[in-house]
Amino acid sequence: MSSPILKLIAQRIALGIVLLLAVSVLIFAGTQILPGDVAQAILGQSATPESLANLREQLGLNDPAYIRYFRWLGGVLTGDLGTAMSSGQDIATSIKDRLWNTLFLAFWAAIVAVPLAIILGLIAVRYRNGWVDKLISGLALASTSFPEFFIGYVLVYFFAVKWQIFPGISTVYDGMPFGERMQAIALPATALTLVVLAHMMRMTRAAILNVMQSAYVETAELKGLSAFNVIRRHAFPNAIAPIINVVMLNLAYLIVGVVVVEVIFVYPGMGQYLVDHVTKRDVPVVQAVGLIFAAVYISLNIIADIGAIVANPRLRHPK
Amino acid sequence: MADSKANSGLLLDIRNLRIEATVFPPGEPPKNIVLVHDVSLTLQKGKVLGLIGESGAGKSTIGLSSMGYGRGGVRITGGEVILNGRDILKGGKDGFRKLRGREVCYVAQSAAAAFNPAHKLMDQVVEATLLHGTATRAEAEKRAVALFKKLSLPNPETIGERFPHQVSGGQLQRVMTAMALCSEPDLIVFDEPTTALDVTTQIDVLAAIKDAIRDTHVAALYITHDLAVVAQVSDEIMVLRHGRLVEWGGTRQIIKEPRQEYTNALVSVHEIEHAEQKPGTTPFLSVKNVTAAYGRSHIKVLKNVSVDIYPGQTLAVVGESGSGKSTLARAITGLLPPEEGTVTFDGRPLANRLADRPKEDLRQLQMIYQMADVAMNPRQTVGTIIGRPLEFYFGIRGRERDKRVAELLDKIEMGKGFSDRYPAELSGGQKQRVCIARSLAAKPKLIICDEVTSALDPLVAHGILKLLLELQKEENVAYLFITHDLATVKSIADSIAVMYRGEVVRYGPKSKVLSPPFDDYTDLLLSSVPEMEIGWLEKAIKGRRMASAGN
Repeated sequence: MSSPILKLIAQRIALGIVLLLAVSVLIFAGTQILPGDVAQAILGQSATPESLANLREQLGLNDPAYIRYFRWLGGVLTGDLGTAMSSGQDIATSIKDRLWNTLFLAFWAAIVAVPLAIILGLIAVRYRNGWVDKLISGLALASTSFPEFFIGYVLVYFFAVKWQIFPGISTVYDGMPFGERMQAIALPATALTLVVLAHMMRMTRAAILNVMQSAYVETAELKGLSAFNVIRRHAFPNAIAPIINVVMLNLAYLIVGVVVVEVIFVYPGMGQYLVDHVTKRDVPVVQAVGLIFAAVYISLNIIADIGAIVANPRLRHPK
Repeated sequence: MADSKANSGLLLDIRNLRIEATVFPPGEPPKNIVLVHDVSLTLQKGKVLGLIGESGAGKSTIGLSSMGYGRGGVRITGGEVILNGRDILKGGKDGFRKLRGREVCYVAQSAAAAFNPAHKLMDQVVEATLLHGTATRAEAEKRAVALFKKLSLPNPETIGERFPHQVSGGQLQRVMTAMALCSEPDLIVFDEPTTALDVTTQIDVLAAIKDAIRDTHVAALYITHDLAVVAQVSDEIMVLRHGRLVEWGGTRQIIKEPRQEYTNALVSVHEIEHAEQKPGTTPFLSVKNVTAAYGRSHIKVLKNVSVDIYPGQTLAVVGESGSGKSTLARAITGLLPPEEGTVTFDGRPLANRLADRPKEDLRQLQMIYQMADVAMNPRQTVGTIIGRPLEFYFGIRGRERDKRVAELLDKIEMGKGFSDRYPAELSGGQKQRVCIARSLAAKPKLIICDEVTSALDPLVAHGILKLLLELQKEENVAYLFITHDLATVKSIADSIAVMYRGEVVRYGPKSKVLSPPFDDYTDLLLSSVPEMEIGWLEKAIKGRRMASAGN
């Protein structure tokens, strides 16, 4: 590894941090624009002007916005995400378990979806324009076109209600045995897999097909390599940058975009937590979850960028 | 395989080969066209057969048929391809896979594109050998290193550890030849292996290929459009046109006593008589001490360059790739503002940046490019393309514009009917003519021609050069003619600037620049132009005073 590549990677990471800070400002500003404030929300109906003023003083709400922003940011950086208004619980503690649950679900969905999408993409290229290709593309497109709640309910109907193989409600709790936990998340993980599969598969197919036009693919064919080896050894390594990109976008979606699926399966993850607290207008929680989602999105995209940089032999091996 | 038998006997016997493809012309139903019409050829073991012809003659298609390969939907529909005594067309897909990379190997035109950028050279060189199991990895690598040495590549022991982008074009072409030789095939198909190289690099690669063929006793099909090149390496030459055989004979017979008129035209294609015009008293465009670089780079692409252009005359700028020829054009047009120096036009300095120049200055300098097809909007008709400068510079519209477009089409020797055609419906030469008409429409004083004939077949290029000379007489337009091809320079230039690594190393009237005594670089350049003479290659290599830069 040499200095230009390290420099590029350092640039990406620095850029990501700046971006995350900018997002934190936006999130903070967004919640400030909303009418009413925390003091009003806490006191609710019983608010009197005096009690409001007292509470505002107590919570530091009379300070200028930028001071409150830095106070909040300082808290976030030291692991203090504040207190939920609705329950009075510490946000960081309640998020910890739920974030773990969301990551657990996303991880298993990704373990199935990413290799499956790439292998299906390779097969589609191998039999391009034939019936295998059309079948794969057709099924993948169909699974993406259905909204995720529809897929979710169809899965529940068949696997939980009719055949009773998997539970329809994905309850998980601390100390749950691994096997049971896996059984509980089977349906939501399947729903997520179906949702993200097509996008990754089609991008893999398109990226490799693009490379298949190259002269070096012809060279490989003229060496006598079999069609599948041509794709695997010569086309795939050159198509990897766009594939990493779309894989990372979908991974981000698995973590950030699971809201609907979590609600359907009543899975105690971040998405459900967010929806619960949006309905209660619990601003500190919404801020915290928004910031975590943004951080996940930005980090995965940085990883995609770094992956693309590292996959480029011109950057890895400068002249 | 060749070693087990004696170095004689029939290797390849192609009988009545017929190759077809389906084309999809715009707005018409798909139709079948025949690319190769019943061509037959034979090749003895260890011999070299040159296949020559213009683009579309079917040379590559025939060459690839010896590996059972058809590019982009091309189908072999008739005839037999008998290799080592069996008809390979009957072997099916598995049969093709077994012979590709083992009995027959392929060397592509652009090695830079034909190597996989993601793998080390050595892995790619030994890949076919390992695939077919003819040697262990250690043996194959040893063989590869020996071949690198034979092809006089620098650092033969370690060059295999490099990636394609770390090696120059001329070297890559030799590595590709080593790759083809590594599995010890009986036949190698060379598909224009030196066409994409600079003339000074071409000669080295050509000599390396020739030595390698001689020492390994491999047979070869050598495909090219350049008769002078093929004359250096082939035992026999086959001339093809529109997928049919024109003439087939020994190399000496084809270049010295061609029997067919078409072969004769190919042999004598480069000669245009052009009397040099004496430079006038005052140049209308002067480039003075221009230095330029891309970005904030410290590497100057142009170093203190000064040239003059006189009305109605041609200044040719010659040099190999990377010498700064095109950068000079970019500096003159303002696309790349010079760091130092000035460009004066009609006695006043031109603004450095394109954006600061008035429309009138833009009109006076027009450009024509190497790739005519990408220099035109594919969704506009020829009439719109040529009419655009008329509208933009002169505000001519409607019927008046159509009339002018018709006149311009007439000038480039194309009929009025072309006005409604799209670029995709034109041939390469016609596209370049349309680009010429578009530049003429602005009535410029100077047209910058950047390698305008390099992508064209010799006969078509010949027609374009003649047209440019005629137009110069009629319109009194000056040309700045950028090229790497010295034959073209002789036919069109009045004065010549030879560029080498960003500097003008020789500059003056054509007669002076092209007569001795030469500086080392001009000598190298001149002596590298292939001549249609058997034995020229050996003589030229021997007589050289400096090594080429691309080496």
